[in-house]
Amino acid sequence: MTTATVTARARRAPSVLQIDLWRGLIRMGRSSIVPAAAALAGIAVWYAVSYLLLSPERRFLLPPPHQVWSLSLADPAHLDPMLHGLAVTARVAGLGFVCAAVIGVAVGALMNQARWLERGIYPYAVLLQVVPILALVPLIGLWLGYSTASRVVVCVLIALFPIITNTHFGFRSVDRGLRELFDLGRASGWQRLVRLELPAALPSILTGLRIASGQVVIGAIIGDMFFAQGEPGIGTLINAFRAQLRSYDLIAAILLASLFGIAVFTVFTALSSALVGRWHSSGDRR
Amino acid sequence: MATTRVLDTTGDVGAGDLTPGEQVSFQQVSMTYDTGTVALQDVSLPVRAGEFVAIVGPSGCGKSTLLRLAAGLERPTSGTVAVGSPSVGFIFQEPNLLPWASVRRNAALLTELAGMEPARRKERVAASLAAVGLDGFADQLPKSLSGGMRMRVSLARAMALEPDVLLLDEPFGALDELTRQEMQMQLLSLYDRERFTALFVTHSVDEAVLLADRVVVMSARPGRIAAVVDVDLARPRSLELRFEPDYVDCVRTIAEHLRRDR
Repeated sequence: MTTATVTARARRAPSVLQIDLWRGLIRMGRSSIVPAAAALAGIAVWYAVSYLLLSPERRFLLPPPHQVWSLSLADPAHLDPMLHGLAVTARVAGLGFVCAAVIGVAVGALMNQARWLERGIYPYAVLLQVVPILALVPLIGLWLGYSTASRVVVCVLIALFPIITNTHFGFRSVDRGLRELFDLGRASGWQRLVRLELPAALPSILTGLRIASGQVVIGAIIGDMFFAQGEPGIGTLINAFRAQLRSYDLIAAILLASLFGIAVFTVFTALSSALVGRWHSSGDRR
Repeated sequence: MATTRVLDTTGDVGAGDLTPGEQVSFQQVSMTYDTGTVALQDVSLPVRAGEFVAIVGPSGCGKSTLLRLAAGLERPTSGTVAVGSPSVGFIFQEPNLLPWASVRRNAALLTELAGMEPARRKERVAASLAAVGLDGFADQLPKSLSGGMRMRVSLARAMALEPDVLLLDEPFGALDELTRQEMQMQLLSLYDRERFTALFVTHSVDEAVLLADRVVVMSARPGRIAAVVDVDLARPRSLELRFEPDYVDCVRTIAEHLRRDR
């Protein structure tokens, strides 16, 4: 009886490859089931609030998802200005990011070269983090006007801190044994910087840049809202839609801005893992 | 000797302080750290060219400090340290490899810092990787290597410079017993081939006797030389040596010195 079942089962046994494939699919399904369910639940709550909580005359406060799609996102007359605004904002964010990256990495690296520089700069770099940028915004407008230049400055200010501190941390965490090895080889300051310190600090620098890339998007949208002169960015549009009570356009613009933020973050995560993932674990995930 | 590097409290000075046949010489060296710890007190130790000297002693007896002085990583508080060659290799306790660089790039690092010409560098790096049996792993990253293999890379990196003096600071302490024996044999075969002058710091009396021509026994606080024991055992040596009566006698003598002078 027992032997019979065993042979019968053996005949039908799937190949190892098939088993692996199924296991992979099941694992993938399992790991994405919960996030997918959460997304569906979120949309369900959205519908419930639109139709059950809000009376028809107040439904404009939160139009249901399909209306946001049909009235705004699917309509080129609405979508095109938003995409254009997003491009303007992206340009400002990009410019601010590059400036912040150059200044931040340079400052972070310099602090490591001389102790007195570290003592002179670091407290103020920390200060930069706790100063509410929003409080500085009127002053920036007063000095630099209410257009693109000021938007870029807001981006730089908001992105600078994470880059400086992470670069600084990266340089400080260079292994002591490796430093001694370079002492032993009578390495010059330049050799030390290029062959030891920069590569060793790269994972931290990339972490700083990744955090800053998220911050800079926020900075650019805040900048749009306060410095509305010149080409309108997505933040300018969001402000305008709010004033005109165009809630479906407002929600569509928020969705687009969020997608942009997610895209930027994803690009930096990928960049990080491409540059240092081979030898450093921080590039693998997160 | 024109190439002699002499360290004293004032830094490098030009005059040679080595008698003929000497490669490294510590002369009345004392070392007190800023914290007030006396690491070495009045240590004198001449080392002949091509000699293999092991230094054993309890923790804190300043044996690592001796090596760091010879490498020029520290300066003595008083006395002089003379080294007869500018070509000095140092093997740390840790392999100290650049994690982002391949085995080959790691092995080439010191030759590049020393400004060796590319053609010769390439040849030296390939030869020293082959000498430690890592020629098949040249393109791997350190993280994919075992602890013993990482130590081999560190050895190859030092050997690529063709050092006249090799300083080893408890290099095999972190390895398991079998890997450790493998590395000891590896080092012995490199030594038999190249005949560099070796200063080898270790906790292990067995290791010291197996490798060295002379074993320096140090005592702690302050670090002083308590005894110097000659090891008259023929080369080339193998692990079988450990079962010979002469070897066992040597180990016993040194162990007694260590016990008495601790």
